[in-house]
Amino acid sequence: MDNYGLFYQFHFYLFGIIAIVAAVTFVTRRSPVAAAMWLVVVMFCLAAEYVMLDAQFIAAMQVLLYAGAIMVIFLFVIMLLNLGEASDVSDIHGIAGKLLAGFIGVVFLAEVGFLTRNGLPSGKYVAGRDYLSQQLAQYGAVGAVAKPLYQDYALAFELTSVLLLVAIAGAVILGRKESSRAR
Amino acid sequence: MLAEALGLSAVLFIIGVIGVLIRRNAIIIFLCVELMLNAVNLTFIALSRYYGMGGQVFVLFVMTVAAAEASVGLAIIISIFRHQQTVDLRNINVMKG
Repeated sequence: MDNYGLFYQFHFYLFGIIAIVAAVTFVTRRSPVAAAMWLVVVMFCLAAEYVMLDAQFIAAMQVLLYAGAIMVIFLFVIMLLNLGEASDVSDIHGIAGKLLAGFIGVVFLAEVGFLTRNGLPSGKYVAGRDYLSQQLAQYGAVGAVAKPLYQDYALAFELTSVLLLVAIAGAVILGRKESSRAR
Repeated sequence: MLAEALGLSAVLFIIGVIGVLIRRNAIIIFLCVELMLNAVNLTFIALSRYYGMGGQVFVLFVMTVAAAEASVGLAIIISIFRHQQTVDLRNINVMKG
């Protein structure tokens, strides 16, 4: 039903395959720094997929926030705690843990397959085929996200600021030295 | 491309779940949780083409929650490291009884 060009499809699959390979590499690396770097690769591939799925603003946010800010915090902590070196003993669980994890993975995949077999839900909540391109043409890539964010979801947006405030306070209190007993 | 995007997101989510289950390094478990959040974001984006802009707004909220979670979680990890000198979950079992 969708009419995508070969160029589009090729790059969609290319970035998807790179993302899966990088994710598997990320999970199996022993050194935390290498694992974090492979996760950055996954996030860049996902940003490319977002662009192809007509979410250009979210793709920019993905690169700036996830691949930029959040991963820098992680790398900063890894360096700060001097965990960059891979430990001598593997931190991967034994054969029983691997079997359990594989079993749960297969169960999840089977569940997804079962749920999507009946097709995607349709009805009054489904927007028209050209809904997103209309929105993009009318408001632009940023405006199309900003309009619902500041109108329909304004309360949630304000509550997000409270969440960030709580997170800042929590991080400061947790990171404080033990010696300061004035709690 | 909807089915492919949803399949990719399911595979990435399951890789994240398996990572949480088989690793013992607390920081890598955190990174696996981030991978799972990213996979869910891909689902939101793929479905927002068909179900309206709400999905993209939700992704922004997920990113904010992920940032807050990362800052608090890493503060907890630093605080544990100060007590135990390790982030290996084998050695962090004071709640085991």
